[in-house]
Amino acid sequence: MPETFLDSTELILNMGPQHPSTHGVLRVILKLDGEKVTGTDCVIGYLHRGVEKIGENRTYVMFAPYVDRMDYVAAVSNGLGYCLAIEKLLGVEAPPRAQAVRVILTELNRIASHLFWLGTHALDIGATTPVMYCLREREEVLKIFEAYCGARLTTHAFRIGGLQYETYDGFEQQCLAFCDAFPARVDDYEALLTGNRIWIDRLKGVGILNADDCKAYGVTGPMLRAAGVKWDIRKALPYSGYEKYDFEIPVGYNGDTYDRYIVRMQEMRQSARIVRQAVQSLPEGPIMAKVPKVIKPAPGEVYVSIEAPKGELGYYVVSDGTINPYRLRVRPPSFVNLQSLDKMAKGALIADVVAIIGTIDIVLGEVDR
Amino acid sequence: MESAPWESELTLAMKAEFGDSVLEFSTHRGQEFVVAKADSAIAILEYLKYEADYDYLVDVTAVHWPKRAGEEFDLVYILYSFARNHRLRVKTRIADGYKPQTSVTVHLTANWLEREVFDMFGIEFAGHPDPRRILMPDEWKGHPLRKDYSIVQMDDAWVKENLGIESGH
Repeated sequence: MPETFLDSTELILNMGPQHPSTHGVLRVILKLDGEKVTGTDCVIGYLHRGVEKIGENRTYVMFAPYVDRMDYVAAVSNGLGYCLAIEKLLGVEAPPRAQAVRVILTELNRIASHLFWLGTHALDIGATTPVMYCLREREEVLKIFEAYCGARLTTHAFRIGGLQYETYDGFEQQCLAFCDAFPARVDDYEALLTGNRIWIDRLKGVGILNADDCKAYGVTGPMLRAAGVKWDIRKALPYSGYEKYDFEIPVGYNGDTYDRYIVRMQEMRQSARIVRQAVQSLPEGPIMAKVPKVIKPAPGEVYVSIEAPKGELGYYVVSDGTINPYRLRVRPPSFVNLQSLDKMAKGALIADVVAIIGTIDIVLGEVDR
Repeated sequence: MESAPWESELTLAMKAEFGDSVLEFSTHRGQEFVVAKADSAIAILEYLKYEADYDYLVDVTAVHWPKRAGEEFDLVYILYSFARNHRLRVKTRIADGYKPQTSVTVHLTANWLEREVFDMFGIEFAGHPDPRRILMPDEWKGHPLRKDYSIVQMDDAWVKENLGIESGH
C-alpha cells in the first residue's frame, strides 16, 4: 500500500461571498484537511462604501444618517454612539428626558438585534422554527421605532444634543406592553433551544475563545462576556445615565458558542428590564440641549465608545475647527471580532465554521463600512 | 478648548522609564493621551501592557496632516486597561514614507487594524505578518483616506478591467 494512502493533501475551499450562512458578502477561504479546518482567510471589503471618507466631506449634522447604514440591524446604537461623540467634542450633554428616551430606544434595538441574530443563527444550525418567532417579536420593536420616527431600520432617531421628536401618545404603554409580554417569549425560545439535544451537540465546545484570547484579539461584547469577563461599557464607563438603572451583566464560563447563546438570551431579558425602568422613571423636560445651529467644534479630538449589541462601538473624531470632521474613525465591533474567526475555526469542522460565523454576530455593513 | 497637561503616577513612571522619548502628556475633554517619538512607540505599548495593565488595544488608526512637513501622519493607538478602567491614547507623529514597527508583536488585534491603516493611508508597518490591503482590492492604486485623494477619485483602470464599466465621472 502506498505510504500516502491515508495522507491527505491540503484542500482549499472557497466559502462565500454569496453564501447564506456568511450573513452577507463575507468570503472565507478555508484550508482543509479532509473536513477539518487548518486555516482560514477572510476576504472582506465587498460592501466598502468609504464611510470615513464621506464623513470628512460632510458636515457633522449631515453625516449622522450615514452611521445608521453601518450596523443596519442596530442603527439606533450607531446613532447614539455618533451623537455622544460629537456632544463630547462640543462639550454639551443631552437633557435627562432625551437621555432616558435614548436608553429606551437603544435597549429595544439591542433586543431587536439579538432577536435577528438568534433567528438567523438558529437557521444556520438547522433549527428553522425560532426565526419565525424572533421576527414576530422584532416586528413589535420595529413598530415602536416606526411610530416614533417614521423609519423601521435606518432610523436616524437621535440628533446631536438630544432628540428631534417628542415621544408619541401611547409610547410608554406600547413599550411597557412589550416588556410585559417579552420575558415569556424568551422562555419560549429557550424551550425550543436551550435544552435541545441537537442544539447542544452543535454548539457546546465549538469555537472556544478564552478570556486571554479575547483580550489579545480585542474581542468585546457578548463574546468577551461569554468567556467569563464581566465587562460591559454600560457599567464600566456609564453614558446616557445607565448608572441609574438596575441590571445585571450576564457572563458565561467556557467562551464557546453555547455560552455566547446563553449570554445573549440573558442580555435580552436584562434589556427589557432596563426599558421598563426607563419608561417608568421617564422625566419631563426639554429634549434638546443648547446646540449651535452650525456645529463647529473647537480643534481637538475625542474617542467615545458605547456598548453596541455586538461589542465596543467607538468613534474617534478629530476636529480642526471647521464644520466638517477632519477625521472620523469608526471602531466597529464586528470588524475586530471577525478577526478571531481564524483562531476559533482552526481544528473545527466545516459545519462548525457556519456556527462560529453565526456566533460572532457580524454585520458586513459594519465590517466593510 | 485647548488640551491641558496631564500628570499622574503613570506619567511620572513613564517619564522615568522613557525620558525624552515621550514628548507630551495631555488631557482633552477628560481624555488622556500621550505623544511619543515614533521609534519608541512599541516599547511604550509593551511597557503599558506588561507594567501598567493596558492590556486591550482598542484601535489603531491614523490622521493625515499633509501641511505638517516632516510629520505628515498621526499614528494613534487607543488602549484600555480592564484593571484600571481607563482609556489612554498613544500618538506618534511620523513622516510620509516612514515605516513604523508593527504592534502585532504586542497585541494580536493590531493585525487587521494595521492592515486597514496601510490600506487607507499607505503607511507600511515593518515586520507585519500579513502586509496586504484589507478593504480595497489588492491591485487598487492609491490610499483613499489621504487628504490628497479626492472623494470622487477612483482607480479607473481597475474599475474598467474588473467591473467592465466606466467609473462614471
